[in-house]
Amino acid sequence: MTAFALETRDLRKEFGDNVAVRSLSLQVQPGEVFGFLGPNGAGKTTSIKMLLGLVAPTSGTATLLGAPLGDRAARAKIGFLPEHFRFHDWLTAREFLTLHGQLYGLPSARLRERAAELLELVGLTPFQHKQLRTFSKGMLQRVGLAQALLNDPQLVFLDEPTSGLDPVGRRLVRDIIRDLRDLGATVFLNSHLLSEIEITCDRVAFIKHGEVIRVTDLKTIVDGETSVTIRAGGLTPEAVAGLSQWGRDVRADGDHITLTVTDDSALPAITRHLVAHNAEVYALTPQRLSLEELFIQIVGTDGGL
Amino acid sequence: MPIFIISRLTFLEAVRRKIALAAFLLGVAFLILYGVGFYLITRETGLPTGSETTAQLVRSQIFNFLTNAGMYAVNFLTLAMGALVSADTLAGEIGSGTIQALVTKPVRRAEIVLGKWLGFAGLLALYLLLMAGGVLAIVYVQVGYRVPNPVGGIGIIYLESLLIMTMSLACSSTFSTLATGGTIFGLYGVAFIGGWVEQIGTLLRNQTAINIGIVSSLIMPSEALFRRAAFEMTSATARALGMSFGPSFVISVPSGAMVVYAALYLIAALAVAIRQFSGRDL
Repeated sequence: MTAFALETRDLRKEFGDNVAVRSLSLQVQPGEVFGFLGPNGAGKTTSIKMLLGLVAPTSGTATLLGAPLGDRAARAKIGFLPEHFRFHDWLTAREFLTLHGQLYGLPSARLRERAAELLELVGLTPFQHKQLRTFSKGMLQRVGLAQALLNDPQLVFLDEPTSGLDPVGRRLVRDIIRDLRDLGATVFLNSHLLSEIEITCDRVAFIKHGEVIRVTDLKTIVDGETSVTIRAGGLTPEAVAGLSQWGRDVRADGDHITLTVTDDSALPAITRHLVAHNAEVYALTPQRLSLEELFIQIVGTDGGL
Repeated sequence: MPIFIISRLTFLEAVRRKIALAAFLLGVAFLILYGVGFYLITRETGLPTGSETTAQLVRSQIFNFLTNAGMYAVNFLTLAMGALVSADTLAGEIGSGTIQALVTKPVRRAEIVLGKWLGFAGLLALYLLLMAGGVLAIVYVQVGYRVPNPVGGIGIIYLESLLIMTMSLACSSTFSTLATGGTIFGLYGVAFIGGWVEQIGTLLRNQTAINIGIVSSLIMPSEALFRRAAFEMTSATARALGMSFGPSFVISVPSGAMVVYAALYLIAALAVAIRQFSGRDL
């Protein structure tokens, strides 16, 4: 039997009459980058809080790194970037990392080295002696991220890690997640940014009403269906109709055509077909079926409300 | 040790957020005021100056009264400090979310509560030493008078401030900052009024009034503890006269059992703080 990095069985949380999480059952493999997606109010934050011991489950069980929830030895191997990254803002960046490193129980020499390393990684070395209160949202997120990596964690929870970041910062987060994966760490990523999940995650769980309604391997989305957008002039109805032999959902709107193909190898054939029908092809753009479309398909347009 | 990491953090917070500075400056302002007041009262009112026993006795009575009056103000300021610094500590960190990065570390929640408690206990000790030490020094430098048993008296005031701080911490583990502050000052008010009712009851030999005072002291022992502290720092002569002084005349002196009771109360409040904080959703 594989030891999962994270496993939950029927985790449930009620706040009075309100059921925040109905029944969460998940299995995350070691070394995986796992995305956690769902509409607002689906119970994502409560789920993460249960996993991290901030909120006690009403029922159900879970293990992190093979240990039951709240196990302190397991916690020493876990990193966490909280959602709103509120930290003691009267500490300097350096003091902040020192504090959290001490709480992880890192020996002081190792902590000094690691804090310097991480400040460099997140680009805050020049600001290390500034108090966090002077930091922008993006800088706070960066220092929070550094905090989550202090202990070389085996399992990292990132709750909306890029919400305050500019494109450069987002790129940094992606790079960090990739580095973590290369080191064999497991990453549990909660993000509203679908493109973020799409780029970084191996698998993604869709949750709605506090339940996992589907777990999807993102590679199968990538390898599977592709949506193609074509811009061409001089299109004849026959030219458009003939496209259905390579794909489905063919829609033409003026000089734009969209269709869904199952295999990228259809693209050259489509081009030849259009050219043979005297169409002037300006562009032919394959797009993976985006996670956004999948999200709406699975969760529904009601946003799960 | 996580406890000491947290208590150092608590100390640092008081310094960085200028709480310590404000308390220090106000404390110094109080001491200056007290020193000037003491000077004016002792030099410009007609105290007997002779060396005969009666004159010495009257002088030492007046000095004792003035010292304990200063101690009463110090007592109140220290209690306020204890209640204020700890009222926001758990409720505030839960509200702002700063607690999340702390409790998800390999640390017991009890260690966070104990660490904060220890940090506040250290702050209060420093504050009380500065203030009470200042009052005693002012009196000694100006007139060379020493109250009896300052260590015992200040020790009891310290216990009292620790108790209020711990009760505030316990409330803060469950209620909001505002509710905590309101509760603690409300209880302090109960003890204050109850203390007076008890004193007057003693004078009038009214057992009901005395009982009301005792019950209010059991709910919140602060006033009773101060009376005990003032009693410790009152000269034997005044005690013999049965009218040891403070701005509150200590007519009925709480027994030593009240001190033990307060210590047990403190431990119970700390246990409640740990239990509530450990069990709650953050």
